[in-house]
Amino acid sequence: MKLDAKIPAGPLESKWENHKFDLKLVSPANKRKFEIIVVGSGLAGGSAAATLAELGYNVKCFCFQDSPRRAHSIAAQGGINAAKNYRGDGDSIHRLFYDTIKGGDFRSREANVHRLAEVSGHIIDQCVAQGVPFAREYGGLLDNRSFGGAQVSRTFYARGQTGQQLLLGAYSALSRQIGAGQVQMFPKTEMLDLVLVDGKARGIVVRDLVTGAMESHAADAVILATGGYGNVFYLSTNAKGSNVTATYRAYKRGAAFGNPCFTQIHPTCIPVKGDYQSKLTLMSESLRNDGRVWVPKSKGDKRAPADIPDSERDYFLERKYPSFGNLAPRDIASRSAKEACDAGQGVGESGFGVYLDFADSISRLGEDQIRARYGNLFDMYERITDENPYKMPMRIYPAVHYTMGGLWVDYNLMSTIPGLHVLGEANFSDHGANRLGASALMQGLADGYFVIPYTIANYLASSKLEKVTTSHESFKAAEDSCRKRVGQLLSIKGSRTVDSFHRELGKIMWDKCGMARDRAGLQEALKAIPKLREEFWQDLKILGTNEEINQSLEKAGRVADFLEFGELMCLDALTREESCGGHFRTEHQTPDGEALRNDENFCHVAVWEHEGDATGPAKGHKRHQEELVYEHVKLATRSYK
Amino acid sequence: MKLKLHVWRQKDKAAKGRMVTYNADNISPNMSFLEMLDVVNEGLITTGEDPIAFAHDCREGICGSCGVMVNGVAHGPQDATTTCQLHMRSFQDGEELYIEPWRAKGFPVLRDLIVDRSAFDRIIQAGGFVSVNTGSAQDANAIPIRKSDADEAFNAAACIGCGACVAACKNASAMLFVSAKVAQLSLLPQGQPERQDRALNMVSAMQNEGFGNCTNQYECEAVCPKQISTDYIARLNREFIKAALTYPDAKK
Repeated sequence: MKLDAKIPAGPLESKWENHKFDLKLVSPANKRKFEIIVVGSGLAGGSAAATLAELGYNVKCFCFQDSPRRAHSIAAQGGINAAKNYRGDGDSIHRLFYDTIKGGDFRSREANVHRLAEVSGHIIDQCVAQGVPFAREYGGLLDNRSFGGAQVSRTFYARGQTGQQLLLGAYSALSRQIGAGQVQMFPKTEMLDLVLVDGKARGIVVRDLVTGAMESHAADAVILATGGYGNVFYLSTNAKGSNVTATYRAYKRGAAFGNPCFTQIHPTCIPVKGDYQSKLTLMSESLRNDGRVWVPKSKGDKRAPADIPDSERDYFLERKYPSFGNLAPRDIASRSAKEACDAGQGVGESGFGVYLDFADSISRLGEDQIRARYGNLFDMYERITDENPYKMPMRIYPAVHYTMGGLWVDYNLMSTIPGLHVLGEANFSDHGANRLGASALMQGLADGYFVIPYTIANYLASSKLEKVTTSHESFKAAEDSCRKRVGQLLSIKGSRTVDSFHRELGKIMWDKCGMARDRAGLQEALKAIPKLREEFWQDLKILGTNEEINQSLEKAGRVADFLEFGELMCLDALTREESCGGHFRTEHQTPDGEALRNDENFCHVAVWEHEGDATGPAKGHKRHQEELVYEHVKLATRSYK
Repeated sequence: MKLKLHVWRQKDKAAKGRMVTYNADNISPNMSFLEMLDVVNEGLITTGEDPIAFAHDCREGICGSCGVMVNGVAHGPQDATTTCQLHMRSFQDGEELYIEPWRAKGFPVLRDLIVDRSAFDRIIQAGGFVSVNTGSAQDANAIPIRKSDADEAFNAAACIGCGACVAACKNASAMLFVSAKVAQLSLLPQGQPERQDRALNMVSAMQNEGFGNCTNQYECEAVCPKQISTDYIARLNREFIKAALTYPDAKK
């Protein structure tokens, strides 16, 4: 496999400008001759579909939700970063670029991240123009807050519902194009396979989730914006439907997968309560602007938090990272919380929790001010836990939140399959080994609004694309294999439910490939997962048929893919013999327990290639490397102390 | 906790539905309402009965996917709460619950508790946007907006499109939903050029989808998980009348 990241030559600051000029264009009259498929309608997919339609392309957009407005981007809470420097506090494109590279623990591409920082300001402009109601100051100008891993205030927000408001902005732009007939929208439709003709991505096979009908769609290019795969852990902050199927199917068709083991564990989530629990709920990172994280100094201290005097509390983030304090990056904050709990200082019934305390802020600013900033989050916390966070500290614990890994893409956001483009969380590109808070929204919208419209034109203008219809044999073969697979799932007629398998897989992944990983554990997981997969294909029980709304069948298809994908994650974690960002191998740490990178051998993207037939289980996974070249940033040990 | 559930079962859009009774045992008060249904469904699958189909996704009250009638109240008894955020501690041990889908002409039942809400998307497509192409925006701070207007626009924009307002209304009116979007954009300078057309077109789309009108019962506001105020309906009426009088020949 040949990996060419296609990073433009020239100085960092002008790479994107020059590249845009070098890219070929499609004339307005020719745009209407092209069909583009967009899978996913979140920030990346929705913004891409809308923008490409505005430009005149014919777009088909697919989502498994019942409306594009329900994509999981909607749940993002805290905010979106942009290097506007409206505060005059020393921010700049270069600083956002540097913070993101450093936050990612020096495992992302300089050129991509710089472009992201460059377009960040335009995103805010675009969203405001759409009517997104960002928070404002009394003078009527936009307000900012601070997020982890940065010492400037560059995060724009709409209370604790920034993702919702940005997605509704993209959704409104998409709706306008649907109304105009330029986008054909297919809600409640799930992609099951990618179709290649002459080695190029030319379409997809989908299942109508209401009727069960399998159908093919042909196009000149395919865009996947299908989000992350955090649900491989079963419990995560992702929506219940979030899955790896689209990207994993593309992987099996030949698209390489970058850094699958890079998972973000978010430090501030509501702790697990019982074995019936179906998902974890995030409490926005923005809370760390005003909340202080602490545990009792002594082990097993069962006193009520109010009864523990200040001198007997360990504000461990402030103690260990005085210059960033409670706003240390996510991977570091999560690991510190885990350490405290592992040392027996955890709070709550299970002992897996730390306090996030607002008492100081409430006495400094007053309860009303705190309510104005975080009211909806406090209410949500109370609804779930039945505890009032205005009166007693929140209890939080880390949970799986985001996946930095994803399909490998070049600078043009194209995968190793010509014509297959990947945007947003679904690609691997911009966050390295750890994503900074408020950067996911930025990347999703950067990819969709400001990158893909330029780069896809270059692909369309410079490729020879014969007319292809869905009667082509490749489509028929892919449809047949999808039908066969559904038939297999339904015919097992075993005794265990899909959820029971998913929970079991999740437990393996969390125990062995979660916040801390080691060789022995990963090797165990690599034995346990294939065994579980085998049991799945022998003992799964799904009722009903394909030709109806069958939620168990939908889940089964997704879990079947997670059962293969989990193995790839463990394999990646096992072969990356270093600790970096969210990937913490206990064998590789500094004496004071910080991640110990190995730049000599691992300053690269691990790029995996599927071996074997696309329709059968993998015969193997082959590891390639894209070396990361740092011309502008000096590789340094990340320090937030 | 032990509960007795009466649940609406309907195979598909064309089939006739009926209430079926189930026992829900071993329910923890800390479970969410949907986790309670998960537990019931795991039991049903084990005994060979089709699980209850219900819509859900984020399970944190923001995607707007979930929503059922619990004892005749959209999203159940807790104020300002979606079904996924409703917890079983809101109920008594031994209670009987009647669980039904949204019922409205504009929301046909697809299966059990799942309804088709695509009408809401079509209403937004009729005008719930600002027509601005990507890349043509001016600097964000070039449009200062009075803080109180921005806050009020946000309150309206908080709508999650779940459809509880329609389900709670005896007229199956979608006016709270429509008014939230019309109000948000009419409060902001960005929404001004299309203000009148938006009100006319969205109201017309709402009527074409089979939703009724508002007769001031405020049931919608009472069940809205995001506490969208019926004040916006008053705003919508004003916007609509003004637009209809100003542009009597406008496309409807």
